[in-house]
Amino acid sequence: MTAEKSTSAPLALDRADARVKHEAGIGGAVRAFLDRVRSGDLGSLPVIVGLVVIWTVFTSLNPVFVSSSNLVNLLFDCSTVGVIALGIVCVLMVGEIDLSVGSISGFASAVVGTLWVNQGWPVALSILAALAFGALIGSLYALLFNRLGMPSFVSTLAGLLAVLGMQLYILGSTGSINLPYGSALVDFGQLMVMPKWISYTLAGIPGLAMLVSGLRTFARRRAANLSAPSVTGLIVRVAIIIIGLELIVAYLNQSRGIPWMFGLFVGLVVAMNYALTRTKWGRSMTAVGGNREAARRAGIKVRAIYLSAFALCSLFAALGGVLAAARLASASQQAGTGDVNLNAIAAAVIGGTSLFGGRGSAYSALLGIIVIQSIASGLTLLDLSSSLRYMITGAVLAIAVIVDSLARRSRASHGRA
Amino acid sequence: MSESLEGSASVGELVLSLRGISKNFGAVSALTDIDFDVHAGEVVALVGDNGAGKSTLVKILAGVHQPSSGTINFGGKPVTLPDPRAALTLGIATVFQDLALCENLDVVANIFLGNELSPLRLDEVAMEMRAWTLLNELSARIPSVREAVASLSGGQRQTVAIARSLLLEPKLILLDEPTAALGVAQTAEVLNLIDRVRSRGLGVVMISHNMEDVRAVADRIVVLRLGRNNGVFEPDASNQDLVSAITGASNNAVSRRAERLRMERDHSGSAQAGEQRP
Repeated sequence: MTAEKSTSAPLALDRADARVKHEAGIGGAVRAFLDRVRSGDLGSLPVIVGLVVIWTVFTSLNPVFVSSSNLVNLLFDCSTVGVIALGIVCVLMVGEIDLSVGSISGFASAVVGTLWVNQGWPVALSILAALAFGALIGSLYALLFNRLGMPSFVSTLAGLLAVLGMQLYILGSTGSINLPYGSALVDFGQLMVMPKWISYTLAGIPGLAMLVSGLRTFARRRAANLSAPSVTGLIVRVAIIIIGLELIVAYLNQSRGIPWMFGLFVGLVVAMNYALTRTKWGRSMTAVGGNREAARRAGIKVRAIYLSAFALCSLFAALGGVLAAARLASASQQAGTGDVNLNAIAAAVIGGTSLFGGRGSAYSALLGIIVIQSIASGLTLLDLSSSLRYMITGAVLAIAVIVDSLARRSRASHGRA
Repeated sequence: MSESLEGSASVGELVLSLRGISKNFGAVSALTDIDFDVHAGEVVALVGDNGAGKSTLVKILAGVHQPSSGTINFGGKPVTLPDPRAALTLGIATVFQDLALCENLDVVANIFLGNELSPLRLDEVAMEMRAWTLLNELSARIPSVREAVASLSGGQRQTVAIARSLLLEPKLILLDEPTAALGVAQTAEVLNLIDRVRSRGLGVVMISHNMEDVRAVADRIVVLRLGRNNGVFEPDASNQDLVSAITGASNNAVSRRAERLRMERDHSGSAQAGEQRP
């Protein structure tokens, strides 16, 4: 039968090898997916399963958990550490780590507080200054890493202390600066939500964009004599995504609606996802994380890639700090300390970005931070102390890393990267 | 058959010509006064013992090291190769011994690594098409170019590495130990590949320790010994000649065995002659 086909129509370029079986249709897509999971290519599956479990448990313990007002609060809380986790994804992609993101975020909030409230700078300028400081700190790590070969683990651990010291220094004896209520920044962090029509429109865009780009790819691949994925599958997926997102938005709109801050976070995630998957820079990041020497010999400027990764990470950390200050309406000595650091790293790893470099996605920051904030929010609703929250978050992180390691081993034994 | 082979070798113009290349690492002279020519459509095997300077020579050609003295002529013009980029842009592609592939990227991404089409909006369709064209030209058997390289066998990876070296339309390909890590079937596959690359009119320089492989594809065998030219051989040169050129000693296991065989033959011959004598 296949022989008959191959004589009647020329085979697509990538379908000429008879040894490879290609799954077709929706049943085939499901089988291919199961095959991938079995061989350790888990993608976002563990985090989605984890999320379902966590939400089921907390809802059964306290139905308020899934109320739309609680979920809107959850989204506000997600955005600050989520942006920091997005930076962590960048450094994890190249197989490095930044342990000082918490300190950098605290320092950034202190810079904004000092310059804006105490020195009377315009708010935009003080935010820019905080971001610039963040990028500068990351560039310093990259310099230490590239020129002196200092492991990022150590340099950022040193940075954790040094930057915390800088934060305490500029906050001075007062220890805390209150940001004025009613200012745009604080409103952005606490109150501002999208008008309903904007939120419904934005929720429709991802699906439509997927449809347009999918159809264009289909046409181009057909024209180029390459096999193309089925249009039916594409339409099914687009329909699921559009309906799913619109339902979520409709549910959240029953309460206050989608926070603009969360919109900013998701926008950054989408932009980073594009940069990591569809640009030469992103390809180089993945290559450097996978095999640094191979990337160097392929003519990639490895040092520049490391510089961009560290600088972006600190930049996002600083932005997360500014958002956190807006959320709390204050810049204090406690900002960025405690569990901020590890929550950000845990979010990236729980979301599916590998600690071993070369594998990951911007979406892991989004998914991971929702898991972490769900745990925090659920335990707060149960009126449990932070001691228990730390233990549970720690256990979830450990499980995430175990899943990552096991999946990595399984991939190796199944001959996948 | 052999005539046509020689014909194709002599038709090719001179691609690369090294004159008096020396390379010193401190007090050590890794290469001394090396002359080396490669023509288009010719496979030149570079053989020699460990420390003979083969890899140093290839690294000079790949732009990794700079020669201490001597001239490099490429395509008839004197050139300098200050870095790997320069070598690539001139048209000298290198397939390193460890292949230098990223296992976490798929075949297309590896072939185009560092040379992606439309950097701000990767053109995956065009890249995949070009990748298939390259692989098909090499009659490569890669199941899917969208699989990560980690899932490929050693021979398939070698194919990907060679396909990548062909991407920039080089005039000269350097292969460092292309068969060292491969099994019998895969070795044959790679040797076929080298044949096809030659038939596309490219110059090929191949380093190998395996004389069988060298004889199978090489048009000329250049022997280095202790950083100096130590003879150029035809592929049908005897093993004994090659080994003594490589080791510099005429007294070794190979030569002793050949000597023994010759003695036995002579001996039995003279014995027979003796018997025939009445």
